[in-house]
Amino acid sequence: MSGAAGLAWGVAGGLGAGSAIALAALFGVWWERKVSARIQMRFGPQQAGPFGLLQTLADTVKLVLKEDILPSRADPGPFLRAPLVVFVPIAVSLLAVPLSAGWAPLDTSVGALFFLAVPSVSVLGVLVGGWASGNTYATIGGLRGAAQMVSYEVPRTLSVLSMVVLAGSMRPVGMMAAWRWWWLPLTAVAFVVYIVSSIAEMNRGPFDIPEAESELVAGYFADYSGIRWAIFMMSEYGAILAASLFGAAVFLGGSHGVPGVAGFAILLTEAIAIVTLVMWVKWTFPRFRSDQLMALAWKVLTPMALVQLAVVGLVAAWL
Amino acid sequence: MAVDIESRTPVEDAEGRTVEELVVNIGPSHPSTHGVCRIIAHIDGEIVTRAEPVIGYLHRGIEKMCENRTYLQIVPLTDRLDYVGSMYANWAYCRAVERLASIRVPERAEYIRVITCELQRIASHMMAIGSSGADTGAFTMFVWAFDVRERVVELFEELCGARLTYSYVRPGGVARDLPDGWTDACRAVVDRLPAKIEEMDRLFFGNTIARGRLKGVGVLSADDAVAWGASGPTARGSGVDWDLRRDDPYSVYPRFDFDIPLGDAGDAYDRGRCRLWEAVESCRIITQALDQIEPGPVHAEGFPRLLAPRQGDAYDRIESARGTLGVFVASDGSTRPYRVKFRSPAFCNLALIGRLAPGHTISDLVVILGSLDPVFGEVDR
Amino acid sequence: MNIEELREHLCSRYPLLCPLFSSEFGDGTLTVEPDDLHRAAGDMKELGFSRLDVVTALDRGETFELVYRLESAEIRTGLSLRCSVPRDQPRISSLFDLWPAADWQEREVYDLFGIEFEGHPDLRRILLPDDWVGHLLRKDYVDDRVVKRPDYI
Repeated sequence: MSGAAGLAWGVAGGLGAGSAIALAALFGVWWERKVSARIQMRFGPQQAGPFGLLQTLADTVKLVLKEDILPSRADPGPFLRAPLVVFVPIAVSLLAVPLSAGWAPLDTSVGALFFLAVPSVSVLGVLVGGWASGNTYATIGGLRGAAQMVSYEVPRTLSVLSMVVLAGSMRPVGMMAAWRWWWLPLTAVAFVVYIVSSIAEMNRGPFDIPEAESELVAGYFADYSGIRWAIFMMSEYGAILAASLFGAAVFLGGSHGVPGVAGFAILLTEAIAIVTLVMWVKWTFPRFRSDQLMALAWKVLTPMALVQLAVVGLVAAWL
Repeated sequence: MAVDIESRTPVEDAEGRTVEELVVNIGPSHPSTHGVCRIIAHIDGEIVTRAEPVIGYLHRGIEKMCENRTYLQIVPLTDRLDYVGSMYANWAYCRAVERLASIRVPERAEYIRVITCELQRIASHMMAIGSSGADTGAFTMFVWAFDVRERVVELFEELCGARLTYSYVRPGGVARDLPDGWTDACRAVVDRLPAKIEEMDRLFFGNTIARGRLKGVGVLSADDAVAWGASGPTARGSGVDWDLRRDDPYSVYPRFDFDIPLGDAGDAYDRGRCRLWEAVESCRIITQALDQIEPGPVHAEGFPRLLAPRQGDAYDRIESARGTLGVFVASDGSTRPYRVKFRSPAFCNLALIGRLAPGHTISDLVVILGSLDPVFGEVDR
Repeated sequence: MNIEELREHLCSRYPLLCPLFSSEFGDGTLTVEPDDLHRAAGDMKELGFSRLDVVTALDRGETFELVYRLESAEIRTGLSLRCSVPRDQPRISSLFDLWPAADWQEREVYDLFGIEFEGHPDLRRILLPDDWVGHLLRKDYVDDRVVKRPDYI
């Protein structure tokens, strides 16, 4: 693509990803509140709109109108920019996810690597946001977040690598096209490792240690308010959306060869199933402790992913 | 209470280098302090090296206020001590006054007291277990526990109109007789509880993560528990076989058949599970009490409008949900007590936090605090 | 051991203190001199009173009366150790070395009555702020902010 067209495409992609995340957050928060309410014998939101669907919209209006507080002990420069450092990489990574058979907004031959590598930048936002708050809770939360997100990169990447080996391609569109149903039992371990490490990567329960409501109040974003807090929240739901879409596309076969909107619908259904699973896990399990979390990453998930990779390697050689 | 802290204090590490120690000021307003408690935690990385509780944020001078009120006017004050288990403070205070004034309480009133206080134990333990779930991030456990608690609190509401501060137990008996149909409603609630509690046991205490978080955390030895004056499930979790309902029986407790759940490891897990199974035992006691209760008066005959016990003092104690709740009442012969002292179990149990926390992480500090189950209305008085 | 046996036992060990032992309210009550308190408490601990239940005090005008209630799992009765310290010099030895439970309880008595416990490792106010003036539970404590309730009878 030429410079100008590429730029236009990039701006469109950025805006699209941004609004996709905003929409995902709107829906995700509502869905999470409904799912958790069912688990806890409650109803969840039901006043605003049908089934309370507009509740999160009302919350958004509230958040946007809220005062944007800058704590006196905070370092203004990094503090005010940290939310974007978390948000942008996640939005960008969303572009590499195939949305329908044969089509991804950003279709590159190293798409899988792109998808895994780019969100890692958001670790910096967590670290900087925590540190710049000038608050001990936030500092501890930021440090915990950095350690956790860097550690879980390893099993997550290894689990995707199994699929790359099987598909013989690093291009997500190609991986989706190459998917066969018998890969599902073969790569079940990789799928589990992918889901678990993705949950940890996006700091969700039972791995929400950097936020740890009951210990660190809200961890690295304890001092944020209003729209900046909402950006952190949206990044979390964006990460869920990205991880679920990518997981559905790569591990579950995505749109199963169906092109266009129908294919996207199939992919989205699978992704929502994964999102619901992630929420179910969060609302059922207690939170890990940071040392247990590290032990899980290095002693359980990484060896599991390695064994899976070896098995897949043998099968791929035999193919 | 006013302690000057620098958030980063220079200290010497093991190799003689000067490093900065991080001081985290947890509370007084924090989701996991279960009230208004402040813990000044010195941490090295994630490990707590020293934890100093600062209490008194809820001190209302209730013992001083008691000296200025008549004996009956004090009952509503006792509600405000342990606001999760008001019945206990009501009862303990009434027992001390009855002992001082030599009042005999009718049998039916004693039964009603036992039933309400065992219901209160269930409600209080549900709060403790639920919040220890919330402390570890298992928020569903919190909501489930509150669902059970809600059933019990509804019974109280029907009984005396209040959901938290009952003032139901009065010197000489109870405020009023059970409403019509209340015993059936109570039986229905109590019959359903054990199954629910077992479900909660599987949800939380059977969970691998919860075991990992609670086992081996805040280990309290049996000797330490006795020496530091711990009581209730906090001590029984360490295997201290001491429950006033059985070992120094009061009221009509000798007539019931029940077990005292004991832990052996003395960690947060055992303390939590002791509470859970105590709630099941409470159901057993309530069922037996409902079977045995007979009609009769619920308040002592000829009880004076204005009580003026003889000069002297009396101490009485009951087994509350948190442990030994004692009340010391001294009278100078007038219509107001000369001195009232509440021996609050939460106060004595909380003293352990500075001893249990060092060596654990911040996450564990929150768990340990929750496992001691402090209620700050009672700690600060 | 019931209260009578406890009384006999104590009388055989402390003939001088025997007249001071009473059992008026179900608990045994042993009144000792302030100087003897620590020794008597140590003896009680040896006897089997493994728990210190309550430490409290009463303002008796010229003196403060301290009440230590001991408890034992083996001897199924309570024992109150009492002693009086003069108001102008309220000092007593701490029982922290015998029962660590005395830690916060003695701090509370120090806070609310101003009685000093010698040998306590960390004697600071506990319920009231460090800069509070006066001791709340003394009968002569006055605070203008306190609303005086009317006399009833």
